[in-house]
Amino acid sequence: MPDGALAGLNVLDFTHYVAGPYCTKLLADYGADVIKVEPPAGDGARRTGPFPDDIPHPEQSGLFLHLNTNKQSIAIDLRSDSAAAIIERLARWADVVVESFRPGVADRLGIGYATLSLLNPALIYTSISNFGQTGPYRDYRASEIILYGIGGEMHSTGLADREPLKLGGNVGLYQAGAVAAVATIGASLAGSFTDDDADTPPGQHIDVSILETQLGSVDRRQSALLAHQYTGELSHRPPSGGSGGYPNAVYPCADGYFQINGSRMYFPRAVAMLGSPDALTEPRWQDPSSQGSPEMQDEFESQHFLPWILERSRADAWQSAQSHRVLSGPINTMADLDVDPSFNLRGVFAESDHPAAGPLRYPGRPFTMPLSPWQLRHPAPLLGQHTEPILTLLGFDQASIDRLAQQGVIIRPAPPER
Amino acid sequence: MAKLPLTGLRVLEITVVWAGPYCGSFLADLGAEVIRVESTNAFVPLTRGAAPHPTQAVIDNLPLYSGGTPGRVPGARPFNRSPMFNSHARNKRSMTVNLLEPGGRDIFDRLVAISDVLIENNPTETMEKLGISYESLKAVKDDFIMLRMPAYGNTGPYRDYRAHGVHIEGVVGHTQLRGYPDTDPSYNTTVLMSDAAAGAQGAFAVLAALRHRKRTGQGQLVELGQAENVFPYLGEYYLDYAMNGRTHETLGNKHPTALQNCYPCAGDDRWVTITIYDNQQWQSLCQIINAPQLAANPELTNPAARRQHQDAIDPIIAAWTSAQSPTDAMNTLQQAGIPAGAVMHQADAFADPHIASRQFFRQAHQPDCGTHLYPGPLYKMSATPLDIHRGPVMLGQDNEYVYRQLLNYTPAEYAALEAAGHIGTDYAPGV
Repeated sequence: MPDGALAGLNVLDFTHYVAGPYCTKLLADYGADVIKVEPPAGDGARRTGPFPDDIPHPEQSGLFLHLNTNKQSIAIDLRSDSAAAIIERLARWADVVVESFRPGVADRLGIGYATLSLLNPALIYTSISNFGQTGPYRDYRASEIILYGIGGEMHSTGLADREPLKLGGNVGLYQAGAVAAVATIGASLAGSFTDDDADTPPGQHIDVSILETQLGSVDRRQSALLAHQYTGELSHRPPSGGSGGYPNAVYPCADGYFQINGSRMYFPRAVAMLGSPDALTEPRWQDPSSQGSPEMQDEFESQHFLPWILERSRADAWQSAQSHRVLSGPINTMADLDVDPSFNLRGVFAESDHPAAGPLRYPGRPFTMPLSPWQLRHPAPLLGQHTEPILTLLGFDQASIDRLAQQGVIIRPAPPER
Repeated sequence: MAKLPLTGLRVLEITVVWAGPYCGSFLADLGAEVIRVESTNAFVPLTRGAAPHPTQAVIDNLPLYSGGTPGRVPGARPFNRSPMFNSHARNKRSMTVNLLEPGGRDIFDRLVAISDVLIENNPTETMEKLGISYESLKAVKDDFIMLRMPAYGNTGPYRDYRAHGVHIEGVVGHTQLRGYPDTDPSYNTTVLMSDAAAGAQGAFAVLAALRHRKRTGQGQLVELGQAENVFPYLGEYYLDYAMNGRTHETLGNKHPTALQNCYPCAGDDRWVTITIYDNQQWQSLCQIINAPQLAANPELTNPAARRQHQDAIDPIIAAWTSAQSPTDAMNTLQQAGIPAGAVMHQADAFADPHIASRQFFRQAHQPDCGTHLYPGPLYKMSATPLDIHRGPVMLGQDNEYVYRQLLNYTPAEYAALEAAGHIGTDYAPGV
């Protein structure tokens, strides 16, 4: 296999849980050499499920296994005085540092930008935090829903007569990780497109606030914020599902649920999909205000649309809708996706045999780039799996490594049990 | 001041709606010269608004994020005034060329020859009709990079399927994981996080391809199927299926293990979110909401028990939050170390002291809209600070720069291309 696109990029990874590890997963999966520094207890994601048969095991967390593919793990107690010598050599080895501690913690642990940039002035150093490195909420605690509620378009998500709703899973944290990867690799390319090297910045500190990745999200928030500037109006949760007009929502069908948008300017396509019944060719359906009429929506849905969709499976509805260029798709579960013909044909899944978790199927590449492809070179590391080889590579002799292990500064893994 | 990291990089965009333009905005913020290649005789709905010249009735019936033009009126050039376009169109340039009209392809090829990257997110067949493929670009410039972002892929059974983000999210399994736990998915309202994911990871893909080009001299075709691109964001759910054969229903606002919800506050439609991970936070919460009976219950020192009895606990929390404003609730709880956040509508966000201190919003001007505060770059860089240097780009705003300065067309040629309809600042009649 050819090298990944980021081959030759050395990344020192002090991240944990979701946002930071997803950033460094993208770097590792596309070829960077990522050394993940874990505390002796390991990344907290190791204690977060899912686990096989729901039995917690630090080497079998599905969340950790997913987020840490292609990384090497070195387990160091950063609070010990002897850690500094290891950190110094790692900092000189690295091109990029990514950390996701609460603001101020990295400085206290001796791995802050001020310290590491003295050792290696060219470092691109990315900090990922909930609220950013500055500002009155800098030290506030957060969770995904809190960051989405403040930063994202949560207040207009959900139904008017109910509470606002968050998105599914941890998608906001993943998005922050992806944005941090853009910032990091963008910075690493500085000076690549000009002839004048003098303008190349020496390295820098990037401050990624998960909150701001939501405030600047194209998922309605950027537009809603600007629309408020333009009009003084506020967004509101709609009275019913979908986003207005018809058909423009999730509807029940013969074997589940199906989402479709044939509303407003797409309405003629929906009429064609329904076989252009005479009743729908009446001029009143062409009036733009008809799309805002609850009575006409009810008439359309009860007399024309629901009878059509309720007798079709998701697959049949999708094919019919698409043959009339109607925006649409089935509501799938992970079980549906697992056997999806397109995902399987196009190679979206990856397989890997992990020493503790065994052979598993994983989500694979987000995108293809054939000359420098995504590769699952190795599964997520055991805690401290690479402590000894990395220290050897950094120039520590065996006696020093044994001493560090005895002092509890570093952790070498116990043999895995399956 | 140091130049922005991507200074000197030229990126072309044939992008529509949100995913593609958002991708370009990341590169533009980082200093690339991003040129939108637009057409005066084709309009893709929901890119520069719903229609080239929508009536007031159409504007009034659109959701605020797409219909909220300045003053909520169309104006003479509504396509320069749509918030769903202008919110991401900063720092970019726009030129017009009608690719299928005589002479159009030659203009485009001359532009490709002096550029590095093309981003597009059209249905596969649209690009085929335009005759633009990776091979055709490579023939003009050997190390060219092309990023394609179809919904499902340029190959496979769904190759030509049409979708917006909300449909893509249903296919990849996100829709099933959100919504109210007591309603079915037909009550789900529209969210478009897959556009955000495609924009960010598309930009990452371009940057990765540029690193490969720098090392090897090779350009390449990058293909990002938007459903596939979201799949890693749901990795733990797929792993649970792979490990245990389990599929998930939505938890709504609840957390798999912590005590978490969205609680009502004083006032109309005001809310606060709270997450209780540990016992210290639990004890502090019980004290603040004056619930000694909860604090004293030994069973509830176990997080799993708190989660199990959440439906009994939630009304007691809500009784306290209902007498607070969202920001008072947030600040009171946060000062006691409890994760909490006001649910902020737009005016709240513009008034928030933290967001203001971070200077997230930036003032920008555009002739067809005036001067407003815009959502700014998504992160801070210490050596190369990002900003909004140019307001949201108007249709054909940079035709002169592109045709005259970059492509060296003569004034006579420019006038001829204007007469032929390639160069313009409005859509052709009837579009």
